[in-house]
Amino acid sequence: MSYVDPITLLFASIFTSNILLANFLGTCSFIAISKDIGSANGLGIAVIVVLVLSSAISWPILHYVLVPFNMIYLDLFVYIIVVAAVVQALEMIIERVSPALYMSLGIYLPLIVANCAILGVVLFMEIRNYDFFQAVIFGLGSGIGWWLAIVAAAAMRKKIDKSPVPAGLQGPGITLITMGFMAMAFVGFSGILRVQ
Amino acid sequence: MSTPTYKQVWKENLNMNNPVLVQVLGICSTLAVTNKVVNTLIMTVGVSLVTAFASYTLSWIRHLIARRVRMIFQVLAITFYVVLLQLILNAFAPEVARSLGPYVGLIITNCIVMGRTETFAPANPPLISWWDGFTSGLGYMLVLGTMSLIREPLAFGTIADIPIFPPEYVSSGNNWTIAIMAPSAFFLVAIIIWVFKTRALKVEAAAKAPKPATAGGTK
Repeated sequence: MSYVDPITLLFASIFTSNILLANFLGTCSFIAISKDIGSANGLGIAVIVVLVLSSAISWPILHYVLVPFNMIYLDLFVYIIVVAAVVQALEMIIERVSPALYMSLGIYLPLIVANCAILGVVLFMEIRNYDFFQAVIFGLGSGIGWWLAIVAAAAMRKKIDKSPVPAGLQGPGITLITMGFMAMAFVGFSGILRVQ
Repeated sequence: MSTPTYKQVWKENLNMNNPVLVQVLGICSTLAVTNKVVNTLIMTVGVSLVTAFASYTLSWIRHLIARRVRMIFQVLAITFYVVLLQLILNAFAPEVARSLGPYVGLIITNCIVMGRTETFAPANPPLISWWDGFTSGLGYMLVLGTMSLIREPLAFGTIADIPIFPPEYVSSGNNWTIAIMAPSAFFLVAIIIWVFKTRALKVEAAAKAPKPATAGGTK
């Protein structure tokens, strides 16, 4: 694979191949949390932090432990443990350092373990053969992309709450349609950059 | 809570409590793998089996696990079966494994698997848990199958790589490429949820309305 420079990769992962709208990762927690802007923002920031940390930790483990010892088939075990450990550690650190932040962010942290965006990004990092710097940038960009999408969606859902939606479409239905429109908007970016 | 019967579980998971349409779980892969019928089929069979066996295992050891640490056991059991599935796919269907990409590994965080092992398996004996996991997977298959049967023909003019539209459909450039792109996936699943929920609301209303009349009439 040709080398992608970090700036391009950053913008590509935020806009053209948005982790949520183009790769559909993290949709479950997205639908559950995008009801109000405050929690959307909190979860979004938590996702950014966990994504950067877990891709930064998984990369060396993959390339210095799993590959040399020919244990690549254990990758899923390793990644899921890394993600869970990062989340747990982050929770403890935030609780110690800033109780105020913990109050606003703490409840979202356990949710992140089951957020497929995290594991997805780590797996993409492996499949696409990113180097360490690229992996971290990709994690950061994907996180920002997810945050952007969830905050925008929360803002839109606020307006939709006031509109008459058919009974069968209320809740998840209309949220998915909103996401469809957002995805269409993001498809508009896809001509600008193409990164696999 | 008494153990539900096999028939109840079947009905719940495929219809009234469909994991995708009602509980809105496992949406990520619902959207991502439904662009080809073959991929969808293999993915859904995989999810059914992983859910079934993970539920079986966790239900089997449910009395040994302390409640506080159950999450890590769930994740490890699920991961174990997903790794097995991945190895099997790599060995027998490498092409499909490649086109599914990270989504096979992502079965670990598929909320359906998590949901069943968290809610059903700890409260019920192993065999019925296996059945519950398996039927949940079938409910998931039902929705995903429908979606792929709509998306693949519109985009490629084929079903499971067998052409069903005349070749001009694709060669003329009038095919709906949008059908395999991200937005259509969102719209399609929303429409399916809409249809299903409207029907469910009607059933509910019908079940409520005639009650007073029959109660007075039959006795």
